[in-house]
Amino acid sequence: MSAALLSVERVSKRFGGLVANDAISLDVAEGSLTAVIGPNGAGKTTFFNIISGALPPTAGRIQLAGQDITGLSLQQVAQRGLVRTFQLVQLFGNMTVRENVEVGLHMVTRGTLGAALLRPRWMAAQERWVRDEADTLLGFVGLGAFAQTQADQLPYGRQRLLEVARALAAKPRLLLLDEPAAGLDTQESAALADIIQQVNARGTTVLLIEHDMSLVMRIATHVAVLDFGRKIAEGSPAEMRAHPDVLAAYLGGVEEAHA
Amino acid sequence: MLGVGLLGFVMLNGGYLVTVLGLAAIYGVFCTGLNLFMGYTGQASFGQSAFAAVGGYGTAILCAGHGWDPVAGLVVSMAIAGLLALVVGYPVMRLRGHYLAMATFALGLIVYELSVEWSGLTQGYMGYAGIPPLGFAGHELGTERAQLGALVAIMLFGVWLAERMKSSRFGRALRAIAGSEPAAMALGIPVSRYKLAAFVVAAVYASAAGSLFAHFIGFISPEVFGVPMVVLSFTMLYLGGIGTIWGPVMGAVIASLLPELFRGLKEMQDIAYSVVLILMLIFVPGGLAGLLRRLARKPT
Repeated sequence: MSAALLSVERVSKRFGGLVANDAISLDVAEGSLTAVIGPNGAGKTTFFNIISGALPPTAGRIQLAGQDITGLSLQQVAQRGLVRTFQLVQLFGNMTVRENVEVGLHMVTRGTLGAALLRPRWMAAQERWVRDEADTLLGFVGLGAFAQTQADQLPYGRQRLLEVARALAAKPRLLLLDEPAAGLDTQESAALADIIQQVNARGTTVLLIEHDMSLVMRIATHVAVLDFGRKIAEGSPAEMRAHPDVLAAYLGGVEEAHA
Repeated sequence: MLGVGLLGFVMLNGGYLVTVLGLAAIYGVFCTGLNLFMGYTGQASFGQSAFAAVGGYGTAILCAGHGWDPVAGLVVSMAIAGLLALVVGYPVMRLRGHYLAMATFALGLIVYELSVEWSGLTQGYMGYAGIPPLGFAGHELGTERAQLGALVAIMLFGVWLAERMKSSRFGRALRAIAGSEPAAMALGIPVSRYKLAAFVVAAVYASAAGSLFAHFIGFISPEVFGVPMVVLSFTMLYLGGIGTIWGPVMGAVIASLLPELFRGLKEMQDIAYSVVLILMLIFVPGGLAGLLRRLARKPT
């Protein structure tokens, strides 16, 4: 296994008396497709929010490519190459599908107010590149035909795909996907799994949180399981499927949910 | 087309409509700036009148008090307003939603009080009179029509600049903030810095509008830059279509002309005006610009 791109060391998060994350450690290998799974309330989203800078941890340390990113803001973490999506789709609904991806290109382009007003020659070239790049990414996720559609007019499943395309535009070293298949039907979920696998195959390290076990088992190269705020197991998908603690946590959780 | 026709008609006929359209052009500048902050960036400011006051008083003091050239007075006032927005905005832009609205509202009130109380500088309640008309390098624009022409040209220039800002990486970042702040942050956009930039740009536009008002009317007082100015500019934004390039200007023209249309109704004028405003907000929610866009999109 190659070196860890993301290294999380004993991260904890307390909300008052509630321990949402209890000393969780996780290494995400460069080039891997790592999944964090666990029943509802296991602390997955909190863990994700801490890694991505949306929440500061109570204790612990996070390193990205050897750089300490603990306590940095969402935007600072993004600037260091870790880009995330959201469990509740956060599109720019007021903009077209293409413009959404163009915003994703913010970090890999330049020029602010001065360039907007003065329009130096390089900016026209950059704008052309931005448009082409956005269209390429839209083509990749199969949204090429919707470039001009206003983002909030897209059907839900396609909104999910757009969020992935937009995050990819930022050329992340590590792509964090927060329950990307939530609310998708089987077919949409399979299409998304395909895309995630292709993204990974092209060299982007992916860390995803997912509730949908079948998706994770099919595409993940490495799986960590959380339950009640702790990491209870870690290994290959096959190992996790057979792990007694995982089965107990998952099946127990399901049974409780049905009770 | 309609705008050109209207302008041509008024230019030929003259009269008080020249004044009405001149004020509409000034408000067009003010609203175009405010639209960048409220429409595109999706933030609320109830205190833009403060920056118009900086422009108005800056021009009055520099041009009427110290005999400066109008263009120099305009530019220096804009710089001061921009600087003020930068200093005030730096802490204030960390606030969101209602808190941002309250803080900016307070700014408007503070500047209003200052313009009343600091009478050594502003001549207080009585207002500042004797401000020369627009002009450059010693040549005054003698007639009201010439001034209207200049105001419309400046307004169009302002709209042109706004369009440049909008259709760029800068503008996309602003609109992204309006769409979803967390998503904008997650894509590495420095959200507070962009909000501050939009706030400063809006303040510079507001200051220019204040200066132009001072030149056009020749007199300013604290009342000119009070809360009614904020309310009127909001009306214009929503009437014309917030978050569109031409909406603010269309709103400014319509909201300025409507009361004139109903002048014959005498005491019913205000009521008719209000009824039309409410009907438009209900039935044309995207504003006039939104309506025109829908009509243009519809086949045949």
